[in-house]
Amino acid sequence: MDQNKSSLGDFESTLKKHAVELVDSLEKGRFGDAVQLIHELNQTRDRGLYQEVGKLTRELHSAIVSFQIDPHMPQAEEVSQITDATERLSYVVRLTENAANRTMDLVEQGTPVLNELSSEAKALSVDWQRFMRREVAAEEFRELAKRVDSFLTRSEQGTRVVSGHLGDILLAQDYQDLTGQVIKRVTQLVTEVESNLLKLVLMASQVDRFAGIEHDQQQLRDEKDHEIHPARGEGPQIHADTREDVVSGQDDVDDLLSSLGF
Amino acid sequence: MKILIVDDFSTMRRIIKNLLRDLGFTNTAEADDGNTALPMLLSGNFDFLVTDWNMPGMSGIDLLKQVRADDRLKHLPVLMVTAEAKREQIIEAAQAGVNGYVVKPFTAQVLKEKIEKIFERVNS
Repeated sequence: MDQNKSSLGDFESTLKKHAVELVDSLEKGRFGDAVQLIHELNQTRDRGLYQEVGKLTRELHSAIVSFQIDPHMPQAEEVSQITDATERLSYVVRLTENAANRTMDLVEQGTPVLNELSSEAKALSVDWQRFMRREVAAEEFRELAKRVDSFLTRSEQGTRVVSGHLGDILLAQDYQDLTGQVIKRVTQLVTEVESNLLKLVLMASQVDRFAGIEHDQQQLRDEKDHEIHPARGEGPQIHADTREDVVSGQDDVDDLLSSLGF
Repeated sequence: MKILIVDDFSTMRRIIKNLLRDLGFTNTAEADDGNTALPMLLSGNFDFLVTDWNMPGMSGIDLLKQVRADDRLKHLPVLMVTAEAKREQIIEAAQAGVNGYVVKPFTAQVLKEKIEKIFERVNS
C-alpha cells in the first residue's frame, strides 16, 4: 500500500510541478519545452498505470491460486475452497434436516403410545372409582382386574418405548456440535475472501485514479437497490431487535396488522 | 376441511402438518412452492391455504396475489407462516389480501390462535 501511495504521489507531484512549468513555457512561447513536458507527464502517468495494473494482476493471480479456481493449475484436481465451503454448508443442511426428521419420527411414534395409555388410564379410573364405591359386581370385578393387569404391563412397555425415544431425541441433537464446527470454518473463509476482495478493490481504485476512470455511484446504488426488492424475500432477520424496519416478534406483527385495520 | 401447506422445507411442512393434526385438521396436502401449489389449489377443492413467503420458483406473496386474482380462489383464506419480518413486507401481504401472518419461529399456540381467528371471521 505504501508503494501505491508513493507512485500515485509521484504522479500527482509531477503533475503539479509540470503544470506550472507548462503554463510558464506556453506563456513564454517555448512550445518545444511544452511538448517535452506533456510527453514526460504522459510517461509518468503510463509508468504508474502499468505499475498499478501489474500489481492488480499479480494480486488477482495470487487470489485465483489461493482459491484454486484456475482450471489450468495443477491444484484444480482438488476442490476449490469455495466449492468445499458450499459442500460443507450442504452437509449442514443435510445434517439438520436429518436431525429434524429423526426427532419428528420419534415424536410421531411416541405420541400415540402415550395417548393410548392416557385414554386407557382414564377409562380404568372411572371403573376403579365405581369399584371403590362398591358398585362393581364380582363378575365385572374379575374383568376389571384383568384390564388393570394388562394396563400395568402395557404401561410398563409403553413408557419404556417412549423413554427410549426421548433418549434418541437427545442424541439426535448431536448435529449442533458438528454443524457448529463446519459453520465456523466457513465463516472464517468468508472473512478471508472478504479481506482479499477488499484489497483487490483498493488496488483497482488506484488504477482508476491513474486512468482517470469515474464510476457512476448513483447508478451502482440504484442497481443494488433494485436487487433488494421486498417481494423476493430475505429470510430470517438476524438483528430484528435493533432494527426499526423489522418486527421483533408475533406481537409486533399483530400490532402492525391491527393498525392496518385487521 | 382440506388444507394445503406450502413450504420449500419438508421439515417445516411436517411441523405445520403435525400442529394442524393436533388441532383436529387431518386432511392436508403439501406443495414446495407456488408453482406446484397453484394447480393443486385449482383442482383440489381446498378450504384453507398455509404458505411460506420465501421459496424458489413462485414465492408465497406471488401465490397469494395469484389466488386473489383468480375468480375460483379469491375467497380462499390464506395464512402466511414465514421468516420474513420487515414491516413493508407485512404491509404488502396485508394489501395483497392475506388473512393472517405468523412469523417464524412460532409456537403451536400462536398458530392455533391465528387459524381460529381466521375461521371465526370467515364463518361470521
